[in-house]
Amino acid sequence: METLERIVAEHPFFAGLEEQYIQLLAGCASNVRFEGGKYILREGEEASQFFLIRHGRVALEISAPHRGRLTVETLGEGDILGWSWLIPPYHWRLDARAVDLTRAIALDGTCLRTKCEQNHDLGYELLKRFAHIMERRLEATRFQLLDVYAAHK
Amino acid sequence: MATLPADPMVPDPYRVGQVWKETFDTFTVALEPAHNAASSAFSPGQFSMLYVFGVGELPISISGDPEEPGRLIYTVRSVGQATHALVSRKPGEMVGVRGPFGGCWPLAEARGKDVVLVAGGLGLAPLRPAIYQVLRHREDYGRLIVLYGGRSPRDLLYRKELAAWARQPDTQVLSTVDYGGLSWRGHVGVVTTLFRYVRLQPARTVAMLCGPEIMMRFVTRELESHGLQESDIYLSMERNMKCAVGFCGHCQYGPYFICKDGPVFPYSRVRSLLEKHEI
Repeated sequence: METLERIVAEHPFFAGLEEQYIQLLAGCASNVRFEGGKYILREGEEASQFFLIRHGRVALEISAPHRGRLTVETLGEGDILGWSWLIPPYHWRLDARAVDLTRAIALDGTCLRTKCEQNHDLGYELLKRFAHIMERRLEATRFQLLDVYAAHK
Repeated sequence: MATLPADPMVPDPYRVGQVWKETFDTFTVALEPAHNAASSAFSPGQFSMLYVFGVGELPISISGDPEEPGRLIYTVRSVGQATHALVSRKPGEMVGVRGPFGGCWPLAEARGKDVVLVAGGLGLAPLRPAIYQVLRHREDYGRLIVLYGGRSPRDLLYRKELAAWARQPDTQVLSTVDYGGLSWRGHVGVVTTLFRYVRLQPARTVAMLCGPEIMMRFVTRELESHGLQESDIYLSMERNMKCAVGFCGHCQYGPYFICKDGPVFPYSRVRSLLEKHEI
């Protein structure tokens, strides 16, 4: 049977992370599943977790007046959902909805923040990995803003 | 490679065979040669000059199967007077065709390797002949990976074909849109985000890119971050082609004429130009 520790260790986000840190992370982890259509997190609510997506697809949505809900990005297997647990005031900045049945590992944000405060090496490792994801998503957002396929281009 | 007609400035008469709608603003036009059947031979990546009599002439990439003789296929977005006139032709009406012109995708060089095709928007049309070619000669190539980005679900081209290609062995086809509505169940995100879901073997991969220039800049950066060498990346450039044989200079791009030296270029030849503004 797969242990949480092994699942966490094998997720691409934690590739190459030292065993001792994996053990600390696994202590904050739990298995979760969301049926297609179910909201995983909502804008404005407390961000107390983040998710390692193992299977399925998640739509990140923003609601805009007169335009309804817009999907601005989807995440899938191997991706990370959520970094607001790391940044005060720890509130989600968008909605995330499971498009299909989604299986993930949830990591408790409060538990992780406490461990990172106690062990700055773990905190730095996590920050480096989240910074990389933030940089990739920022670049993708810039690309998206260019609207390069519009007819007038 | 196909040879130039005797006088490249004289159009061959072609008859409109069929016009069908791909999306709300994009159509595919099938043209059949009225006299010179040999003129329909082409290589993937080449383009023609299509003359809508009395309206104007347009450079359009050939989007059909190079091994299906006797007709030429073009996918055209109806955005101006000449493109609108072209897609409004009725079966049997005549259109002038010059070409095919330009160089082709490096399918010979890609033999024995994985082929990654990255298309943005209408850029899937010039890559489609390369997809046909790889699928027809499947044993000559490694994996085929097609990554396709569009603006929204209603803008995606060839949706049935994309699904059919995805069912072929050793073939991965991923599509994404920049913006998706609630009814869209596929990927949302720019085309570079699809690289998260493919495993490239950089030492044995050739990449071919077609789409808006800015999109290709983002994609080349992504490919290099996965370890591809610039010598294994090819892109199709677009400028306002007029004569199509390197005389008029309308399509000059630094030291090159896109019509004659391109439209397909190794990335190593145009990299420095892509990074300069206003060229």
